[in-house]
Amino acid sequence: MGLEVTTSKLEDLVNWGRKFSFFTYPFITACCGMEFMSVAAPKYDIARFGAEFPRFSPRQSDLMMVVGTVTEKQGPALKRVYDQLAEPKWVIAFGVCASTGGFYQNYTAVPGIDQIIPVDVYIPGCPPRPEQVLDGIMLLQKKVAEGRGINQLRARREKLERHRLEQEGA
Amino acid sequence: MSQAVLAALKSKFGDALLATSSNYGDECVTVAAAKLIEVATFLRDDPKMAFDSPVFLSCIDRLGLSESGPRFEVVIQLRSLSLRHRIRIKVPLEENKLKLPSVSALWAGFNWLERETYDMYGVEFEGHPDLRRIYLYDEFKGFPLRKDYPKDRRHPLVRREWSDE
Repeated sequence: MGLEVTTSKLEDLVNWGRKFSFFTYPFITACCGMEFMSVAAPKYDIARFGAEFPRFSPRQSDLMMVVGTVTEKQGPALKRVYDQLAEPKWVIAFGVCASTGGFYQNYTAVPGIDQIIPVDVYIPGCPPRPEQVLDGIMLLQKKVAEGRGINQLRARREKLERHRLEQEGA
Repeated sequence: MSQAVLAALKSKFGDALLATSSNYGDECVTVAAAKLIEVATFLRDDPKMAFDSPVFLSCIDRLGLSESGPRFEVVIQLRSLSLRHRIRIKVPLEENKLKLPSVSALWAGFNWLERETYDMYGVEFEGHPDLRRIYLYDEFKGFPLRKDYPKDRRHPLVRREWSDE
């Protein structure tokens, strides 16, 4: 019993650290990229939230920002990059195109990247204002701190399942 | 401005041309698919024509535009940089016989444009060296710029398994 309390506190401490050290992988395909640059640049400065360091290798990142329209042809590449991200990982859909397909209701555009990969935070706007993006990052920080990220929840579920199987086996 | 081109075409090919028009400085000639190579070769090689620049090649789907006449129309725009005149060639095509000879052997610049027209409209260019989709992927079914292509029909390459969350 005492051990369990300790691990949950440790988890909280780790999550507190995680929420201030996002390593962003910018999957930028379209005009929203300009707003991403604005957010990342000193004026709006996501360094204040510890997410200032874009890594251009998914293996060194844990936050994937999908910025702009994703076409059906790009789908396999998006999935592959997501699979390569270091765990635990989070995804932000930046702008309406990434969130829903936006006004591209046609044969080329994926109607929202959540058709392909799980998304933690959706930021609307065409493109979103930098303030909206900061709000989205703060929402994600809250989610991470509470351990409610989709990937975190899955890891917890798998851990519980393993535990249950061990109990049954024993 | 390019009236001389139309006049030369009329005198050389006469009744073989289906129609000619000259509106707002745009000179157009309509030819049957069978006559296309003959007309195009003349336009490229005759020293008075000297069409050396392939400007664009595309297709028009006339579904719903007119009751009569063939549904598709392949449009070829040519320009002569040395003589500074231009001409537009139209080739009407029936829906059940979407074929015409490729002009990519005459102007190499039409190679990719013919592939794009095939990709979007399904027009087959006979004699094209590498006729396959250029923008879309091989798994894509159908031709999306046709007017009867439903706007919400998609051909996904990858979708997520929702069950595992």
